Amino acid sequence: MQVSDIKKKASEMLLSGEVKRVIGWKKGEFDYDLTPATFESVEELEDFVYDGFCGANLSKYLIKESKKEGKTLVFMKPCDTYSFNQLLKEHRIVRDNVYVVAIDCEGKLDIDKIKSKGIKGILSVKEDGDEVIIDTIYGESKVVKGEVMLEKCLTCKSKEHVAYDESMAQGVENVSLDRFSEVAKLEAMTADERYEFWRGELSKCIRCNACRNVCPACSCVKCVFDNDASGVSAKSNANEFEESMFHIIRAFHVAGRCTDCGECSRVCPQHIPLHLINRKFIKDINTLYGEYQAGADVDSRGPLTNYTTDDLDPSDIFGGNK
Amino acid sequence: MKKISLSNISKLYEVISREYDLYAPIKKAGKVNFAKWTDGEEVVFNAQTVRSPKDMFFPQTMDLYSLKMQGKTVEVIDDRSETAPFVVFGVKPCDCKSFEVLDRVFLAEPVDTYYQNRREAGIIVGLGCSAPSESCMCASFGVDNTEPVADVKSYIVDGEMYLDAITDKGEKLLSLIAGLLVDADSTKVDEQKAKTKEINKKLPLQNLDMTRFTADNLNEIFNEEEWEGLSEACLACGTCTYVCPTCQCYDIRDFKTNDGVKRFRCWDSCMYSDFTKMSAGQPRNTQMQRFRQRFMHKLVYFPANNDGMYSCVGCGRCATKCPISMNIAKVIKKLGGKHND
Ligand code: SF4
Ligand code: SF4
Ligand code: SF4
Ligand code: SF4
Repeated sequence: MQVSDIKKKASEMLLSGEVKRVIGWKKGEFDYDLTPATFESVEELEDFVYDGFCGANLSKYLIKESKKEGKTLVFMKPCDTYSFNQLLKEHRIVRDNVYVVAIDCEGKLDIDKIKSKGIKGILSVKEDGDEVIIDTIYGESKVVKGEVMLEKCLTCKSKEHVAYDESMAQGVENVSLDRFSEVAKLEAMTADERYEFWRGELSKCIRCNACRNVCPACSCVKCVFDNDASGVSAKSNANEFEESMFHIIRAFHVAGRCTDCGECSRVCPQHIPLHLINRKFIKDINTLYGEYQAGADVDSRGPLTNYTTDDLDPSDIFGGNK
Repeated sequence: MKKISLSNISKLYEVISREYDLYAPIKKAGKVNFAKWTDGEEVVFNAQTVRSPKDMFFPQTMDLYSLKMQGKTVEVIDDRSETAPFVVFGVKPCDCKSFEVLDRVFLAEPVDTYYQNRREAGIIVGLGCSAPSESCMCASFGVDNTEPVADVKSYIVDGEMYLDAITDKGEKLLSLIAGLLVDADSTKVDEQKAKTKEINKKLPLQNLDMTRFTADNLNEIFNEEEWEGLSEACLACGTCTYVCPTCQCYDIRDFKTNDGVKRFRCWDSCMYSDFTKMSAGQPRNTQMQRFRQRFMHKLVYFPANNDGMYSCVGCGRCATKCPISMNIAKVIKKLGGKHND
């Protein structure tokens, strides 16, 4: 699967009129600062890119784009299709207005990890097999790809697409790490240690909302935190309690719906490992309600939105009477 | 000019912190931000802080006053915390310039006394740059990254920190630590400055063409079709405004207490849907309009009202932190002038 094939597909569908627009990634000032974009003509596709810096999940943009007149072609990586399914399940996307083309993904790069190696003044970043070659005004650097991949790609849940109209993917071997191993480390801590860990991380939060706004599960038209009538609206964290509360509420609200797409952690300017909160919920849901992967399909009922008589009772965990 | 070996620098922090609250770029949980120095903290000079030092003068939240109701009387309590003198260490030249931008807003009539108090209490130690990055745009905004404008300017060359007082406040600070400093000549610093200037020439965003951003072109730029494309993927998160050293908008909000109200202010962002919302509604209804506000303010409105001074200092934080990699450099290249390739 070549980038030129992807572009060809896009221009063919635009030219034939089958689709009105294409959603993809657009070239930036540097190799690494691609922006999600819509392309409406073959000329605009000149700037279409698909490479190691296409980490951004495009599925959420379909909430808006699928309500426009005409079909939208969207290219999706395997993990993006989980978010897509989940959004469909929640009736956020008009399915008939979308044409999904599945594309392969060999793991995306994290420019912040590259920079945190002290690499500055970057002129270009190129992948060469397992190596990433970075040319800078201070000289050339080479790093092992595994050291500079996005967290979500290091723990990739699957290289298989769970939704598409057409696939251009040829398949890639998944060699990811266990996504629950970091959660297990947190579980092994004492409550005080864990509290310290999260205080350290969450004290950095600037409440910029990047995590919430990028999240495909956060699709409320008006978030409770933005709604003055809710009584809990806030534009900033006034104290430690609010710093934690924002994230705890958010994690509860996406529990059972979060597909573990990893976007929250990817975009956080302070690199707070938000995925660990969500993964703890996923792990618990798996243990308490049986294995469940949000977004794996469009019609199953979610563990927390379904009721069965043998559902778990608080007493099963905390003891005491039913 | 004076100098001190970096191996001895924690002595310097110690002496300063006996007299003042000392803030420095400190690494915690993997990220560098300005924080209060205490013994054992890791001070990092070669990274850009995620949050800018505007926090020191214009914090994200600040209590203004409280109202206490007792029967039919209302007591007004001034909640401002008196600001003791403090020192901010290691401020990069772009960030030093941001205080000048903020001064234009908060020290103009009517003076914002909350900001003024902090500004008077703060002593700023600037740090010259020696390894600027590709996201640096300071030179495009007229900032000389080898000359931090502060109370004291400092440079780090070959394991030594050079310090030079610029203002009276700066003199006072250096006299406090005089015992730790030795006299130095400026040869090595001058060499570093020359080198940095050469590096600037190789950086892609240090020479942006801004010629089109004039008050005369205000309407034309405002009506550009390009705003649609530039803003289409914007998530309205506000990250760009919160990490920006010059973004200055705030909201005043009330927090209901048991017996009254606590009135506080907190940063606001023009990227938010309720920004400047009035009883008649929201004047900017689409994200494109809000996005446009951010850049029009920085590049056109602010300079039109402030003798040509942009309200961007080219620090590049919005460029490195935006989740969709949209930023002021891309806007300038699209709309700034003919010479942006
Ligand atoms: S993206 Fe990071 S800094 Fe911003 S609100 Fe979320 S956790 Fe806080
Ligand atoms: S607009 Fe961007 S580059 Fe300019 S001062 Fe703000 S964060 Fe820095
Ligand atoms: S209007 Fe926007 S760009 Fe200007 S200072 Fe306020 S938040 Fe920043
Ligand atoms: S950081 Fe980027 S996505 Fe977020 S509001 Fe600013 S321009 Fe939009």
